[in-house]
Amino acid sequence: MAPDGTPALKVVGTRPIRPDGVDKVTGRAQFGADFQLPGQLVGKVLRSPHAHARIRSIDISKAEAVPGVKAVMTAADMPEITSEEAFVGEGPADFKDMSGNTMARDKALYDGHAVAAVAATSAAAADAALAAIVVDYEVLPHVIEVEDAMVEGAPILHDDMFTSGVDPKPTKPSNVAKRMVFQLGDVDAAFEKADIVIERKYKTAPVHQGYIEPHACVAQYAADGQVQIYCSSQGQFMVRAYVAKLLGIDISEIRVTPLEIGGGFGGKTLVYLEPLAVVLSRKSGRPVKMAMTREEVFRGSGPTSGGTVWVKIGAKRDGTIIAGDAVLKFQAGAYAGSPVGPGCMTAFAVYDLQDVRITGYDVVTNRPKVAAYRAPGAPISNFGIESAVDELARELGMDPVELRLKNAAKKGTKAAYGPTFGDIGCVETLEAVKNHPNYQASLGPNQGRGVASGFWFNIGGESSATVNINEDGTAVVATGNPDIGGSRASMAMMAAEVLGIEVERVRPIVADTSSVGYCFLTGGSRVTFATGMAVVEASKSVVNELKARAAKIWDIPVEAVEWQDGEAVPAGSNAGDFEPLSLEDIAAKSGRTGGPIASTSSLNAQGAGPGFGTHVVDVEVDRETGHVKVLRYLATQDAGRAIHPSYVEGQIQGGAVQGIGWALNEEYIYDDKGRLENPGFLDYRIPVASDLPMIDTVVVEVPNPRHPYGARGVGEVPIVPPMAAMANAIQDAIGIRLTELPMSPPKVRKAVDEQAAAEE
Amino acid sequence: MAKHHISTTINGEPVEFLCSTEQTMLDVLRDELHLTGTKEGCATGDCGACSITVDGRLVCSCLMLGVEAEGHSVETIEGMADGDQLHPLQQKFLEYAALQCGICTPGFLIASKALLERNPDPTEEEARYWLAGNLCRCTGYDKIIRAVLDTAADMRGAS
Amino acid sequence: MARIVLTHSACHRYTDGKAELESDAASIRALVRDLETRFPGLGRQVEESMAVAIDGVMYQDDLTAPIPEGAEVYLLPRIGGG
Repeated sequence: MAPDGTPALKVVGTRPIRPDGVDKVTGRAQFGADFQLPGQLVGKVLRSPHAHARIRSIDISKAEAVPGVKAVMTAADMPEITSEEAFVGEGPADFKDMSGNTMARDKALYDGHAVAAVAATSAAAADAALAAIVVDYEVLPHVIEVEDAMVEGAPILHDDMFTSGVDPKPTKPSNVAKRMVFQLGDVDAAFEKADIVIERKYKTAPVHQGYIEPHACVAQYAADGQVQIYCSSQGQFMVRAYVAKLLGIDISEIRVTPLEIGGGFGGKTLVYLEPLAVVLSRKSGRPVKMAMTREEVFRGSGPTSGGTVWVKIGAKRDGTIIAGDAVLKFQAGAYAGSPVGPGCMTAFAVYDLQDVRITGYDVVTNRPKVAAYRAPGAPISNFGIESAVDELARELGMDPVELRLKNAAKKGTKAAYGPTFGDIGCVETLEAVKNHPNYQASLGPNQGRGVASGFWFNIGGESSATVNINEDGTAVVATGNPDIGGSRASMAMMAAEVLGIEVERVRPIVADTSSVGYCFLTGGSRVTFATGMAVVEASKSVVNELKARAAKIWDIPVEAVEWQDGEAVPAGSNAGDFEPLSLEDIAAKSGRTGGPIASTSSLNAQGAGPGFGTHVVDVEVDRETGHVKVLRYLATQDAGRAIHPSYVEGQIQGGAVQGIGWALNEEYIYDDKGRLENPGFLDYRIPVASDLPMIDTVVVEVPNPRHPYGARGVGEVPIVPPMAAMANAIQDAIGIRLTELPMSPPKVRKAVDEQAAAEE
Repeated sequence: MAKHHISTTINGEPVEFLCSTEQTMLDVLRDELHLTGTKEGCATGDCGACSITVDGRLVCSCLMLGVEAEGHSVETIEGMADGDQLHPLQQKFLEYAALQCGICTPGFLIASKALLERNPDPTEEEARYWLAGNLCRCTGYDKIIRAVLDTAADMRGAS
Repeated sequence: MARIVLTHSACHRYTDGKAELESDAASIRALVRDLETRFPGLGRQVEESMAVAIDGVMYQDDLTAPIPEGAEVYLLPRIGGG
């Protein structure tokens, strides 16, 4: 028993080796590009070289004549989707836009927008065919930056886009897809009472998820209309649903087999190649394999929004924050749908704040359509708000952790987005920072320390799991969520915990769409919570069945059987009458006691526990070069209950480092024609090992009462605080407030020079 | 154009293959020999996912032509374990949870092995600089570096 | 009777700007029906694209969740993730 009276856990909280580990360290694991079918063709995509152009015509006749070319397609080969909206996969999806993004119909809206695709017997033939396609473009004026897109007279991307959420309804089309306002209390009155007001505008750059595995798939369309897709994605059921919708195919005709996924971070919650591969396979009668190059990944997929964040916060002299106002302008890329909504809702969520107003704008520009990226929207608004809170701490002469502790959301606090928080661990993450040696370490010249906290909702959703007991007493757990960061291990551990057996006796698999019940995609930090819940429920049903079988073997009522440590034990008046029956014993006799033992659970998990984290970073700024060196990094986070602590730490470390990249280096650079100038890892620089120190973590555990073991999602929160933490540390080091990301050497250098000039 | 007939050694075994002039060693490994443990992350030498060794020297196979393998000895991730006996680095990567998605892992293992063969006692900084050519987007490198340093310590103790 | 709070401007166009309502609905399904009757379009909006927080617990795509007497209910945009 644990001190609080709950049964001690034997498997949950330990660190077993992941069940798919050996495959992944020996090269045996099959990722998206590793799979092949006999007779497969090579599929490739022709992409627009223009940021904005009308497609007058596409002549594919010469391409079709290239030897070895078996199929050429354009948007004309896909059903035209009208303004229909539906809700499958990740949030509300506009399938008209999704179709247009998969393959441009009338206009190319960004450099890299797909306009045609080919399938050929060799890569060389496919390349020759791409070169032979003649697209007649009428190049149009383009717009890249969000605020440029909002001004009167800006080039308009969509003639049928009228800003929603403004009164009266506009009569002229606009690049502003939507305006939204979130409001609680009376903000203007609250500012009247403030002793100190901080007001500032911040700006972030769009960044790519940067998964190391480019998108890849193999599709086969058979003569009877059956479609097989093998691909890496964040959800085989998502791929099935989107391909069905985009191509007008019944879901029952499509089977999607998930391959291992080489990173996603939200960027693989969409389809890009799969519908094209299916069409090319249909036209050619052969399986078609498609894989993006790295350049295509940068030009044609992801990223997340860049945006501007105007912040105003008001506080009393004692440090109580009493009012928050913000205006967020997020660019969505070529189609509406930036994560500005969650950006607004998360903006002040770390704080106990009753008078809040956040206005958001969703704005289209001639860039790739944004995709989800870890805690979508939250890091952008957080950069502004947590930078401003740091400025407030400086103004007040207060320690930034103390200021946050004074204002932190806790159980019973009404969240700045409305609802009242239940059990949350925001304060605990701040205390963990305060008590960590990193927070006391001494700093030298040009060194500084920055703090920031962050929040993400986490989600649940629909999940299924099947648990099969094998005849030797081992178990197979099947779920439908791709394993991006060790979720097979978590699923096996939770099943083993319920069954009372060693985790090595549970084999977890990620099943295809025809072999397991529906699972919403791997995203939103939902798998350990929601799919884990389905695994626990299915395992509990199996235990009930095992007890029933033991009761039959012993001829006693099932109520008189208990399950302890993987064994059926007679209890009550029968206690001690029979030798316990192990899972192996019962499994061996299952055929003679009623047949195989298996159970499936399908559920829609609700009540995902909100996640909080606090990061503190020490940096050293080289005033000569503008280079910012990360000296120490500490990330604390409430995981509710860490099922496999190593992978929880890994999520936190990985998220923090993506945030460091976002803070210091990553950005899209466009030339004056709107062409992306840095579509490769050499010029789009993600953090490398030599840029970093160890990433220290403290996992605090405030159990989520809605999960059987208390788990909360952990993958999103750690990317939220790093950008502000870094900016705050740079300010601490050199006394300069940087308000624009990335804080790359040229920008830091320029700021240092300006400071020096101002002091002369 | 006629293909080239190349004789080489891969993971200790004599191997012959045909390849066209422009095919990279990465393409040959993956498409001709079906050794798909070597990954393509960028094809421009920036990510290290395609790391192999040629005569013991660490290279990005995407920057090497298949024809250049003639007469040389190539090692890939498929040759790292000895049958079902994992190399100490592979074992340590598992124990440290030094992989999440696993796409960069073969490259990191090959590069780490090459490091330890040259420098059995690297400092953290040396390990970080040696592995700076291998990109990982999941882990933040912390557990990878720890796994490599701990393997080095174990291997020194064992020898 | 539950207190229904609409913090998001997308809801306000249906309610003529009103940000707080009361409803006797005892489940999300009943709430959707009640809102659709009183404010045509709002019920549909809630069902298709919103999350419902009942006494602080978030529900998405779940019509069955009960709304206890005296509950505090917030209507929020759906949450996704990366």
